[in-house]
Amino acid sequence: MDKTWNNKAWFLVLPVLVLVAFTAVIPLMTVVNYSVQDTFGNNVFTWAGTEWFEELLSSSRFWEAMVRNLIFSFIILAIEVPLGIFIALNMPKKGWGVPVCLVLMSLPLLIPWNVVGTIWQVFGRSDIGLMGYYLNAIGIDYNYVQDPFDAWVTIIIMDVWHWTSLVVLLCYAGLVSIPDAFYQAAKIDGASRWAVFRYIQLPKMQRVLLIAVLLRFMDSFMIYTEPFVVTGGGPGNSTTFLSIDLVKTALGQFDLGPAAAMSLVYFLIILLLSWVFYTVMTNYDAER
Amino acid sequence: MAGANERTERNAINGTAADEGLASSLSQSELDRRMRRRGEESRWWWIVPTLYIIVLLLPIYWLINMSFKTNEEILNSLTLYPHAPTIANYVTIFTQKAWYSGYINSITYVVMNMVISVSVALPAAYAFSRYRFLGDKHLFFWLLTNRMAPPAVFALPFFQLYSAFGLIDTHIAVALAHCLFNVPLAVWILEGFMSGVPKEIDETAYIDGYSFPRFFVKIFMPLIASGIGVACFFCFMFSWVELLIARTLTTTDAKPIAATMTRTVSASGMDWGLLAAAGVLTLIPGALVIWFVRNYIAKGFALGRV
Repeated sequence: MDKTWNNKAWFLVLPVLVLVAFTAVIPLMTVVNYSVQDTFGNNVFTWAGTEWFEELLSSSRFWEAMVRNLIFSFIILAIEVPLGIFIALNMPKKGWGVPVCLVLMSLPLLIPWNVVGTIWQVFGRSDIGLMGYYLNAIGIDYNYVQDPFDAWVTIIIMDVWHWTSLVVLLCYAGLVSIPDAFYQAAKIDGASRWAVFRYIQLPKMQRVLLIAVLLRFMDSFMIYTEPFVVTGGGPGNSTTFLSIDLVKTALGQFDLGPAAAMSLVYFLIILLLSWVFYTVMTNYDAER
Repeated sequence: MAGANERTERNAINGTAADEGLASSLSQSELDRRMRRRGEESRWWWIVPTLYIIVLLLPIYWLINMSFKTNEEILNSLTLYPHAPTIANYVTIFTQKAWYSGYINSITYVVMNMVISVSVALPAAYAFSRYRFLGDKHLFFWLLTNRMAPPAVFALPFFQLYSAFGLIDTHIAVALAHCLFNVPLAVWILEGFMSGVPKEIDETAYIDGYSFPRFFVKIFMPLIASGIGVACFFCFMFSWVELLIARTLTTTDAKPIAATMTRTVSASGMDWGLLAAAGVLTLIPGALVIWFVRNYIAKGFALGRV
C-alpha cells in the first residue's frame, strides 16, 4: 500500500513512545550506569570503567552459560521445526477437525510458564510422575534431579511440548494460503508427495518458517521460568542458562556492576538477533 | 506483489485446463487412483494430529488428576485416576486468602495492562499502517527489540526504578512493567489488521467531513474489531504467563498467583495436591477464551506477520 508522508503521525505514536521510554529506556540507562561503576553499599559509587565488562568476558562462568544456551537453542530448533512441519502437513484442511486441532494444540502455549515448569516437574518425578515412574519401571534409570543428562532431556522435552505447537500453527497458516489450483495441477501431473512438498508447500511456507525459526531461537535464548522451576539451574550448574545466571547475580547476590555488565552484553546479543529478524522480514516483504 | 501471485495462479489454472485434455485420455479409474495416492485424501490423516494431541494432553491430564487426589494417594501409590476423588485442594484455595488473593492480584494487573497496552497501541498502529514519517522504520524496529528483550535484563533496573517511585508491591507497577513487551506486541498485531483495511475508507470518511477522532472511533474501530479482540487476548495472555518481572516487583499485596505457587514449591513439606489444583486454575482463563481467537492465534504469536 502507498503510504503518504506525514510527520504529524508522530503525535499518534507519542503515547507509545512515552510509555515505552518509561518502561524500557530509563531502566536500560540505569543498567548502563551501574555497569561502569563500583559500589560498597550506602549509595557510594565509584567509577569502574570497563572493569566489569573485562571481568565478564574473561569469566568461564559466563561463557559456559552462553554455550549451554546456544546448544539448547540449536537442539530445540532441530527438533521443533521438522516436527512442526510434519504435524502441520498432516492437519486436516477443512471440516470439524480444524478448529478442534487448533484449539487443543494451542493449549500448551497459553499455560503460565511456571505452571509449565510445575507440570513437568511433577510429570518427570520417579515417585509421583507418570513419565518418570514408567521410565524407571521399564528399566531406564531416569532422575532429572541428580543426573545432568536427564535434566537436559527433561528440559528439552518440556520445551518441545510447550512450543512445537507454535511452529505447527505458523506452518498451518502458511499451508492454508496455498490455492487449491496448485494441488490440482500437481495431481494431474502425477507429482509425488515429496515433489508437492518440495516445490509447492515448502516455498509457500518460507515466510512463516522464517518467523517461526527466529521467534523460537530468540525465545529459547532468553528462557528462564521453565528450567528455573524444574531444575533451578541444577544439578550443579548443568542447566544454568544466561537468564538464570543473570538473575542469580542481580537479585540473588545483588552484585550490581557485574549483573549490569552482563545485562548489557545479553541485551546487545538480542538486539543483533532482532536486527537480523527485522531486516530479513522487511526484505522479504519488499521482494514480494 | 499481488500481480506476480495472480499470474502464477492463473498459470496454474491454465495448466490445469491444458492438462484436462491429457487427463481425460487417462481412464477415470487411473485418475482416481492417482488422486487417492496423494496424501490428504488418505483415510488415516487423523493419526498424526491425534497422537500429537494425546502427547500434549497427557501432562495436563496428570496435573488435573493430581489436583483431585489427597496427598496420601499421591505419595503412596501411582494411580492413573483418583480412586478417592476429593475437592479439598480446591476448597483450600477458594477459602484461604493467601491463595485466592493471588488470583485477584494477577487478574487485576493483567486487565490494567491490557487496557493500557491496547489503548496506546491503537493510534500508533494506525500511524504505522497509514503514514510514512521521519524515523518510522527505526521506531518500529526499536519496538520490536523491546518485545525480544529478555525480562531477566530488566529485572534489576525495574526493581530500582519502581522502588524510587514507591510503586513496589502495587498492581500498577506490574501492569506498567508488562507494557515493555505487550505494547510492541499490540502495535504489531494491530498494524497487521489495519493494513488489511483499504485506505479508500479513510479518504471517503474525511471527504464526508468526519474529524479524525470521530472517524477512528465510529468507523475504523468497528472495522478492526476482531483485531482489537485478538490484541487484547495476546496482551492478556503474555501478561498472565509472565512470572519473573511480576515476582520481582511484588512482595505481598500484589503478589501474583504464579509467585504464590513458587513459594509453595520451595517449602519443605510439598503439598502436591494443592500445587496441582492451583496450577489447574491458572489454565482456565486461556482455555476459556482460546475458542474465540482460534483463527487468529497464529497471527498473534507471529507478531501479526502471518
